[in-house]
Amino acid sequence: MITLNINGERKTVEADPDTPLLWVLREQLALTGTKFGCGIAQCGACTVLIGNIAARACSIPLSNVNGRELTTIEGLATDADTPHPLQEAWIEQQTPQCGYCQSGQLMAAAALLRRNPNPTDEDINRAMEGNICRCGMYSRIRTAIKMAAARMAEAASLPLATEEVTDG
Amino acid sequence: MGKWTRRAFISAGVIAGGGILVGVAIRPGNLNDDVADTVAGEGETLVHAYVKIDQDNVITAIVPHSEMGQGSQTALAQMLADELDADWNLVRVEEAPALAKYSHYAIGRGYLLAGAELPGLIIPSFEGVMMRLSDALDLQVTGGSMSVRVTGTYGMRVAGAATREMLRRAAAKAWGVPLAEIRTENSTLFHDSTARSEPYVSFAEAAAEMTPSYAPKLKDPKDFKVMGQPVQRFDIPAKVDGTAQFALDVRRPNMVYATVRRSPVFGGRIDRIDDSAARAVKGVLDVVRLPVIGYDAFIGEFTADESVAVVAEGYWQASRGLRALDVRWNGDGNEAISSASIRDRQNQELEDAIDRKPDIDTGDTDEAFANADTVISADYRVPYLAHTCMEPLNATADVRDGTCEIWIGCQNPLGFKRAVAAALGFKEDNVILHNLLMGGGFGRKSRADWAIQAALVSRAVGRPVQLIWSREEDVRQDYYRPGLPSRFRAALDTDGSLAAWENTYVGKLEPVEAPVIPYAVPARNIGHVPSESYVPLGAWRSVDESQHGFFTECFIDECAAAAGADPFAYRAALLQDKPRHLAVLERAAEEADWDRPLGEGRGRGIALKESFGSIVAEVAEISIIGGEVVIDRIVLASDPGLAVNPDGFTAQMESGVIYGLTAAIYGEITIEDGAVVQSNFHDYQALRMSASPPIETHIINSGHKPGGAGEPGTPPAAPALANAIFAATGQRIRELPLHHHIPFSTGFRRAAS
Repeated sequence: MITLNINGERKTVEADPDTPLLWVLREQLALTGTKFGCGIAQCGACTVLIGNIAARACSIPLSNVNGRELTTIEGLATDADTPHPLQEAWIEQQTPQCGYCQSGQLMAAAALLRRNPNPTDEDINRAMEGNICRCGMYSRIRTAIKMAAARMAEAASLPLATEEVTDG
Repeated sequence: MGKWTRRAFISAGVIAGGGILVGVAIRPGNLNDDVADTVAGEGETLVHAYVKIDQDNVITAIVPHSEMGQGSQTALAQMLADELDADWNLVRVEEAPALAKYSHYAIGRGYLLAGAELPGLIIPSFEGVMMRLSDALDLQVTGGSMSVRVTGTYGMRVAGAATREMLRRAAAKAWGVPLAEIRTENSTLFHDSTARSEPYVSFAEAAAEMTPSYAPKLKDPKDFKVMGQPVQRFDIPAKVDGTAQFALDVRRPNMVYATVRRSPVFGGRIDRIDDSAARAVKGVLDVVRLPVIGYDAFIGEFTADESVAVVAEGYWQASRGLRALDVRWNGDGNEAISSASIRDRQNQELEDAIDRKPDIDTGDTDEAFANADTVISADYRVPYLAHTCMEPLNATADVRDGTCEIWIGCQNPLGFKRAVAAALGFKEDNVILHNLLMGGGFGRKSRADWAIQAALVSRAVGRPVQLIWSREEDVRQDYYRPGLPSRFRAALDTDGSLAAWENTYVGKLEPVEAPVIPYAVPARNIGHVPSESYVPLGAWRSVDESQHGFFTECFIDECAAAAGADPFAYRAALLQDKPRHLAVLERAAEEADWDRPLGEGRGRGIALKESFGSIVAEVAEISIIGGEVVIDRIVLASDPGLAVNPDGFTAQMESGVIYGLTAAIYGEITIEDGAVVQSNFHDYQALRMSASPPIETHIINSGHKPGGAGEPGTPPAAPALANAIFAATGQRIRELPLHHHIPFSTGFRRAAS
């Protein structure tokens, strides 16, 4: 029995400790937003947050995340009615095509903005380097990240700062 | 060739009345009753096979195409909504079920129409197989950039206009006023002189009793309100919060997971299996050697007994089990085949040119070469390519009591349903197929091999099974873009103008016109040498256009260089009788600031290719920094006739460019010992963000009939880049992938422009 802290909830799962986190999320916890793409941490479709770090769930054994704070795409928005600024920007830029890689792209971008609220192109390149989009929507992803960052900065400068900004 | 002619198609009674029509719209009578139970839910009225209206006056367009990221479901809804005068805010879209009522007469029809416009060429076929009427009747293909230009133009617009007509007739009758006085706007019917108005839904049931016209009056393009507008796609919101449902996300009660391995050597088989170690893996439930079932039809051949599957409680356990499985394969002698041996054989075929089939033979090439001032020649080559859709192939099948239910994301739901039924020996009606969003398609998901595997595994274990391919299996068991050589010769006059163009290549799929050049060359001889392929071949985004775009647009660049001419000006001079092509080329050059000199170590390349009804020109601008190529930007101009959803069209162009650049720079599948060498994204690389250039797309809405969007952006990408490398370095690269010849930057810096 391993206890996981996912999207603010504690979940207990029965699985071998060496099972990759990805398959526990998808097959045991019904969190299917995190995708399988390569199985060897090359494509980023399975990206989730461990704390504030983007990690490839296909290559993280369950035993490594015991007790750690995990966030998946299902937990990116603070609540169902309030999308994360990245999600809003993603829609405005009409970023996804097939959409399969986009959970991973969004989580990688979320990790970046938690660490670095005002990323340069170079910062974005480094943060997003592990995420392949076979539909090639890289330009739109870049634009959407910048748009979200600008809005989060603006929100942070207001008296009532949003949680996303303050916890980075 | 040419057996499957237009005459045969018409005489079979498929086209009634000789109009340009599609799907159920062309059949006499309103056949909605047959499908109403399936597609119309509570409170919804199916007014037309493609249109339903609910109690809140929400109109749902029922679209017979699947969604793999190309966004055509939204564009098709726009086309229907515009003709219907629908309120766009109250329009939704739904994918048609895999029922014969929603098959694509339009696909075959579109190919025939295309063939009719290409005199002297064979009638185009799908994946190189001659279409057979019985097959064509049962297709539901999303491919060939066909959705908007065929189904949309000849289907959705017709359906929208026909529905509007029926609603108007119903209102006129109910109100007792002349039909001509009924006006429509925003999903509402108006009779102005009596100040009456009613929402469409008020007359939906009355309209549903009528027979839709197959030739309603269509709008003049100047009256379009929804077509040509950049609307937001319906499918995107669910793709940013993890709720979008792909086949991999299907969960069924009592479901187990499986993964599979097919003979790594193509055409090989299983000699013997020792499954004791695999069965000992925790969580493994069964090892299933697939039965001897062959399937060979329009959708492509497939032999199941080359495969073994491991079934387990989860995918991870199944994949561990597969790794532990001891299989001895028998390659049947094919182990001797390698990329080198294939290359040698193709080069010999090119040299011998036995049975060379002309695609185009016009003018006197012999004389032109005899009188030429300069003759240049060059051999080009491209490698095999895999598709590597982001979503690895997977399907969930539940076979029991003589029925099969299957959940999948595929490019041909009806064809897949039939393939699965045939493999199981079931009647088609006993197979229910649910088509979900595809995590990429690019042509790969038009082949039903993995659907058949999933059904056979479920039958073997008597439970619902989700079969998931590993990425390694995906790379090694693809239906590949062909690898092939292409040989050119050109005759130049003293002033450098082109007198003759000669081209011979090995192997041909489709579309037939792929090697055709738009340039006014007096003598042209283009032909191919038929060739059997050991490597399984299939449609890969833009199919043959992908390689011929590279071949022809690089060689015309060589001609320009030999003539000492500017590559843009040289092309432009040869396009004086092709105003659409010329306009696209000029627009790309102008937007790219073609005449502005670039500094040392920088260069621009240009390429032009018409494919799938759209003309695209791309200018690649590059820098050589520290000996590495950096792509600074791609400027693209396209004339698709009409971009129905301009932002969607732009996104498709961006996508096509990146797909093309990825292949040009890195893409290569090689064969050793009869099997594919590459296995995953570490050795079959994809372009990543840091090395991806900004792409500027400029659309020319020329008013011609709509062209495709999904594929036409890809063919010019490789030649534009290769030509830019020549401009910057003087190095002419004639074989892909480019990274074998010059290093590419992985990004992280970009030259100031």
